[in-house]
Amino acid sequence: MSMHAQFRRRYRLDETPVPFTLNGVLETGRRGDTVLTAILSVSGRLRQSEFTGEDRAGFCLIGACQDCYVMLANGSRVRACSTALLPGMAFITDLDAMAGAAHE
Amino acid sequence: MSEPLQPVIVGAGPAGIRAAERLVRAGLRPIVLDEGQRAGGQIYRRPLIEDGRSYRSRYGSEAGKAQRLHETFEALLPEIDYQPETLVWNISAPKRGNQLDILSSGVHRQIGFSQLILCTGATDRVLPFPGWTTPGVYTLGASQTALKAQGCTIGDRVVFMGSGPLLYLVAWQYMKAGARVEAVLDTAPVTSKRHLLSLAVHAPRIVALGLFYGLQLQLAGVRIRCGVRPEAVLGQGQVEGLRFRRRTLKGDVVETIACDALAYGFALRPETQLADLAGCRFRFNERDRVWLPERDTMGRTSRPDVYVAGDGSGIAGADAAEISGELAAAALLQDMGQRSADTTRLMEARDAILRQRDILERAFPFPDDWIETVPDETMLCRCEEITIAEGRRAIANGSVTEINRLKALSRVGMGRCQGRMCSAAAAELLSAACGTSAGAVGRLRAQAPVKPIPLGFGASAETETRS
Amino acid sequence: MSRRVSVDVAIIGGGLVGSSAALAMRKAGLSVTLLDKGHCGAQASGVNFGGVRRQGRPPEQLPLSQRSHRIWPQLKAIIGIDAEYVRSGHLKLARTEKDFAKLEAYAETTRDYGLGLELVAGAALTERYPWLSAKAVGASLCPEDGHANPRLVAPAFARAAERAGVTVLEQTPVREVTATGNGFVILAGDGIEIRCRQLVNSAGAWSDRFAAQFGEVVPLTRIYPSMVVTEPLPLCLPVSMGEQGGSFYGRQVARGNYVMGGGRGLPLGDPDYSRPSVTAASSVMQRAIALFPHLAHAQVIRFWSGTEAEMPDGNPVIGPSETTSGLFHAFGFCGAGFQTAPAVGEVLAELVTEGRSTTPIDAFSIGRFRKVAVETAALL
Repeated sequence: MSMHAQFRRRYRLDETPVPFTLNGVLETGRRGDTVLTAILSVSGRLRQSEFTGEDRAGFCLIGACQDCYVMLANGSRVRACSTALLPGMAFITDLDAMAGAAHE
Repeated sequence: MSEPLQPVIVGAGPAGIRAAERLVRAGLRPIVLDEGQRAGGQIYRRPLIEDGRSYRSRYGSEAGKAQRLHETFEALLPEIDYQPETLVWNISAPKRGNQLDILSSGVHRQIGFSQLILCTGATDRVLPFPGWTTPGVYTLGASQTALKAQGCTIGDRVVFMGSGPLLYLVAWQYMKAGARVEAVLDTAPVTSKRHLLSLAVHAPRIVALGLFYGLQLQLAGVRIRCGVRPEAVLGQGQVEGLRFRRRTLKGDVVETIACDALAYGFALRPETQLADLAGCRFRFNERDRVWLPERDTMGRTSRPDVYVAGDGSGIAGADAAEISGELAAAALLQDMGQRSADTTRLMEARDAILRQRDILERAFPFPDDWIETVPDETMLCRCEEITIAEGRRAIANGSVTEINRLKALSRVGMGRCQGRMCSAAAAELLSAACGTSAGAVGRLRAQAPVKPIPLGFGASAETETRS
Repeated sequence: MSRRVSVDVAIIGGGLVGSSAALAMRKAGLSVTLLDKGHCGAQASGVNFGGVRRQGRPPEQLPLSQRSHRIWPQLKAIIGIDAEYVRSGHLKLARTEKDFAKLEAYAETTRDYGLGLELVAGAALTERYPWLSAKAVGASLCPEDGHANPRLVAPAFARAAERAGVTVLEQTPVREVTATGNGFVILAGDGIEIRCRQLVNSAGAWSDRFAAQFGEVVPLTRIYPSMVVTEPLPLCLPVSMGEQGGSFYGRQVARGNYVMGGGRGLPLGDPDYSRPSVTAASSVMQRAIALFPHLAHAQVIRFWSGTEAEMPDGNPVIGPSETTSGLFHAFGFCGAGFQTAPAVGEVLAELVTEGRSTTPIDAFSIGRFRKVAVETAALL
């Protein structure tokens, strides 16, 4: 799991913080973020592909490529680029990390 | 249902907004459906919340147009039935009634229409190359959307690649926003730039801006290369660099540039799935290598109650989209028997823009030699993870000559994006294998739903009219 | 005349029946032409659910179905690919006690055909299949039934036939066919003339036109399936499923997509094309959520439909023409021809070479509609 953050914020740096969790770890986004922005501002992947398991982090950002689906802790998924970040959302982008956390 | 049906506009970008404006001025109350949270489309996309940036900061040279468009829309709100965050995923076939299947807040509804104006816009057009699915690789449009609507850059050290004026614009915007622009890689050969001379006659503003951006980038020390072809993204699980080659007088030179993000694209491709489901006839456009719904000069299609406008009817840019939205609405009004205002001026303005597009296409040509060098192991369909090699095998084993057959036998285009990202490449692959032109391999047929819908989409639709 | 072809047998219709017949006849040493107005396998053969199923067929279809059951595992050897064929088992649910009684009765009626049916009821059902919500009273399992990818099978048979020496003419609609007394002449495509001694009418939903030309009117109607496909999902459904009453069927392919169907689609302006009805697709989707709670968050990524042919008694037409010597019919499989087609191909080869089939097909004679045709003619 890549810990490097892909996106760089240039604006809204002082905007209201929005807490969320990523693989069980508390993170902070900003009001006005999409789910994609929030996750990629602190990490480098949204999901793993079904057939080769390679990391994916979105592609078109306008809801066309359908590559940015992110799993929520409740098992549902959202298209990250077109979903607004809400406080308390819990994302899972690394199933191994979650499985590890579950054993603690 | 005894309520009279209203005209419906799908898409609240420049075309949809001007179409709505025209209909409202004529006393109609159209329904305007848009998938996004806020109206404006993509070029004039608005952030989710006000973030204090000025129009000049967000839209640069197009700030005035953006502001006028948004203000127009806001003023229209009381006069229209605006439904944002609404996906139109199906249209009933001709003679099966005028119904749209929509998804809104996870629930399926049907909306009837008296007439339909499709303003469904476009996406970036891409071709695959090794590593194009790596996290950190985005479309050129995506890199601009990230900055415009989310105030982010897709990375810190970014390479931009592709062809078209957008390439230089976005690179310059990123530089201004504080990102390091590692390189601007133009896939057009240097020689094609001569066409910009004739463009300067027809569209001096576009050329001046382009030169300005290019100059500013050069002055900042950004590497600019022409005649580029990508070879591979470097890095596992994240972008670490890009290897590419370019044509020089001494032959092909291979270069590698370190970066943490790549934005690329080769112009745009129209979103025509709804026109297809509506039963409109299509024709292949040779210049843009794409199937477009047949339309007359005002946007009437082969289906009497369906009109098309904007990039979704053929790529021509935001200015042309505004004009074509107004023209489509004017056509609708004419067809209703309303005496409409003279459209000659509008048509002339639109034709002028279309002449510019012709020149732009020559200045920034599609890399039609892509198929000759793309390696076999490159992923062709990123949804289904089908490689070029698997595509070639399916073509050979099945004696495939037609693109829907290719999809059935190889799964290319069967994934969630329904071929948006891979159909251009699939057509190039198939036509090269058959020794025919891109238009001869057929058109990828749209299937409902045009985007994924939840299996449990809540309340079921009211009974569909069956004849 | 752009081309003249002279063969022992011409086959009109390159679906799974026609293309498997072409291969079987070629292997028997005959010269064969296979004609299709479009791509081989693009119609019913390519748009059906993909169930490779014996359970549920009327008993008169079972000998043919059992014969086919022995062919399917040999697909790789016959056509070069296994077309994703898997013996997943076919689980047929009963929603009510009445439905379960029907499943029991069917198991009893077909006891001697060797289907190996197992009836599972009540608690045992959810114990055995924990992913199934408790929305069924019971079920009947046929462990060796299964499914395959319908898009791949017929085209592969056509290509195998071509490799074996069959002349395959796609995009070649038949314009005219006439009996000459010791054979047939077909005019097709762009001036292609085919002369043959024997002729097979396996033209699917278009077979009635050809049958009518030889004085055999049949009450064939078109049906259009409504199919729904999900995105790829974690593997969970190990069996192919159906329901007593036939309103829902579903399977999960190896790549993870759920393919589900039920109800009918609708033809477009051109009746050769169709689309699922949104009402039918919605019902399928709702039924899927009700049966499979683990699909609560799944997404549908496409619908599909297509053209199949139905006969009013639920059985196909297979066998020699009653009016014209050398003509054989094989059509009208009521959306259930996928599994039986390879055997039908072999049967057609037997009919053509030996004049008789080793598998009983009397129940499928075109003659059973003669009375109807006569009555219809009398009314006109």
